[in-house]
Amino acid sequence: MSDVVLEVKDLHTYFELEEGTLKAVNGVSFTIRKNRTLGIVGESGCGKSVTAQSIMRITPKKNSRINGQILLHHDSGLIDIARLDEDSDEMRDLRGRDIAMIFQEPMTAFSPVHTIGNQIMEALFVHGEKDKRAARNHIISLLDEVGIPAPERRIDEYSFQLSGGMRQRSMIAMAIVLNPRLLIADEPTTALDVTIQSQILRLLKRLQRDNGMAIMFITHDLGVIANMADDVAVMYLGKIVEYGASREIFKNPKHPYTKGLLRSIPKFGEKEGAHLATIKGTVPVPLDPPDACPFANRCGEFIAGKCDIRMPAAVQVAPGHSVNCVLYE
Amino acid sequence: MNFSKYLLQRLIYAFLVLIVISFLIFMIVQLPRGDAVDRIVNARQAQGDIITEEDEAALRAQYGLDKPVFVQYFIWAAQFARGNMGHSMLGIPVDKLINERIAATVLLSVISLIVTYALAVPIGIYSATHQYSLGDYFWTFVGFIGLATPNFLLALILLFLFHKFFGLSIGGLFSPGVEEQPWSPAKALDLLNHLWIPIIVIVTAQTAGTIRTMRATLLDELGQQYVVTARAKGLRYRQLLFKYPVRLALNPVVNSIGYILPRLISGQTIVAIVLNLPTLGPLLFSALLAEDLELATSILMIQSILAVIGVILGDIILSMYDPRIRMEKGVT
Repeated sequence: MSDVVLEVKDLHTYFELEEGTLKAVNGVSFTIRKNRTLGIVGESGCGKSVTAQSIMRITPKKNSRINGQILLHHDSGLIDIARLDEDSDEMRDLRGRDIAMIFQEPMTAFSPVHTIGNQIMEALFVHGEKDKRAARNHIISLLDEVGIPAPERRIDEYSFQLSGGMRQRSMIAMAIVLNPRLLIADEPTTALDVTIQSQILRLLKRLQRDNGMAIMFITHDLGVIANMADDVAVMYLGKIVEYGASREIFKNPKHPYTKGLLRSIPKFGEKEGAHLATIKGTVPVPLDPPDACPFANRCGEFIAGKCDIRMPAAVQVAPGHSVNCVLYE
Repeated sequence: MNFSKYLLQRLIYAFLVLIVISFLIFMIVQLPRGDAVDRIVNARQAQGDIITEEDEAALRAQYGLDKPVFVQYFIWAAQFARGNMGHSMLGIPVDKLINERIAATVLLSVISLIVTYALAVPIGIYSATHQYSLGDYFWTFVGFIGLATPNFLLALILLFLFHKFFGLSIGGLFSPGVEEQPWSPAKALDLLNHLWIPIIVIVTAQTAGTIRTMRATLLDELGQQYVVTARAKGLRYRQLLFKYPVRLALNPVVNSIGYILPRLISGQTIVAIVLNLPTLGPLLFSALLAEDLELATSILMIQSILAVIGVILGDIILSMYDPRIRMEKGVT
């Protein structure tokens, strides 16, 4: 198991609001390995981004609470990120160096009044680089590596002078500048058009091949997941409802929610005018949720007295493929 | 476009604006019925002199008031541009009257502006980073008290308090008799001793608004994605706070130089009257009361020039400060 980079065990991230406790992440466990990509998929509000923010420890300080274990396998041993103080030097040292993150909105992710070179180099300076000239040369070659033309000119430009794709490439450069073990990509292609999207995905794959980093890829787009991920965790309302190898999940989905998601992808050659399958209802807000299957109220195969009394345990349906549903218990 | 070209363009625009302003000022001051000759005639008649129609016409010709108003404007503008502002009704050259006061006006305005920012920016940062804390409420309260208290009232109260408890008379910018002395450390100290009361009075009114601006924009900026990005890089909160959100939140504050400075220069008349400050405001006020048109026109013109300079300064500082504005205007 030496290739494990991150183990998340029974992670709970709660937000204390005036209306009650928002259980954004409610008992999530997964493992991310070197050179592999874990896709986390789910609708808006299912807790996938909060999971990422919890790993980075960048959830809003005022009202968030993190429980469980987030074990980073470091050269010097195991570090439980969940136990670190989010403002401690130890945690800050992990951010950017060991775990880096790229965000959905590349326009707003850069400060508009600092050059992108300045902001990327900063990641180096924060983690101990002193030589400005060396840093600059490093960034220029890095910008070149992520496919930005004329990097020696672009390095001194501002984010608003770059196209969306260039900005996202710059953000990727900023994230990988210190060769992190784990790269968290939170909807990195959602704001981009399809051609740029596929370029960015290819870039991420190439970088992974070259650096061997683990990627946690968050998206609501199953097509992107199929393209990127080795393993898939399907999240719903703060819980993982199905987990397994990507091929297995797509070929042999078990959970009614996963099945519903897959049915709602439009397919080529479908009869014109045919209705796209949808999942009825909307994701409820996890304010003080009851201890039951979170999908119960929208599920087509709901069984009264079984689904609504407790959270189903994870059941192995195939090697490495687990599902939390009473249908398989 | 390079910077000197941009500056030149701004100065040309400023010049055009001033021409329009000068025309408006001249016309507005001429609006009231009657002219200088009427007043001279009235004054002489009151003394018992007998003035004929011919005398009056001769006087009008002497002052150029028989010409059409446009011609009068051009004559006046040409004289003004050469620095010849004519004489006040008391016979003192207008430029001498204005020169005496312009330094004090600019000094007070600039110092007030600096003190306002020096107070408001840190307080705004504190309030935004400690939103809804006791300190935040405290400063908000203090700021609004300052905003709501009429300036002249605060000036009167301070005058009274200082007189009662310290036996000090703090009107004016110098102690009696000091102003005429040549500059010396003692004189500078005396100026400082007098300066801070008007500064307090002016600043209390200005600060609240700037605190609110700083607090509101910083709160906005703190929620921006780039703050999270910076955190994700491993920056310390303090480091990133001052490098990113504070820097961006200062933008509207920097922008406000363009309108606060002109307001300080042309406003504060009542405070200046109460505190007996030798600034342009009271001079303009008395000139208007006395219908001293030459003096009033010149003061208004000088104030407009200072205001336009303030706006240009604000714009230049902002374009140096924010690359987006620089690019938008094509300045490199």
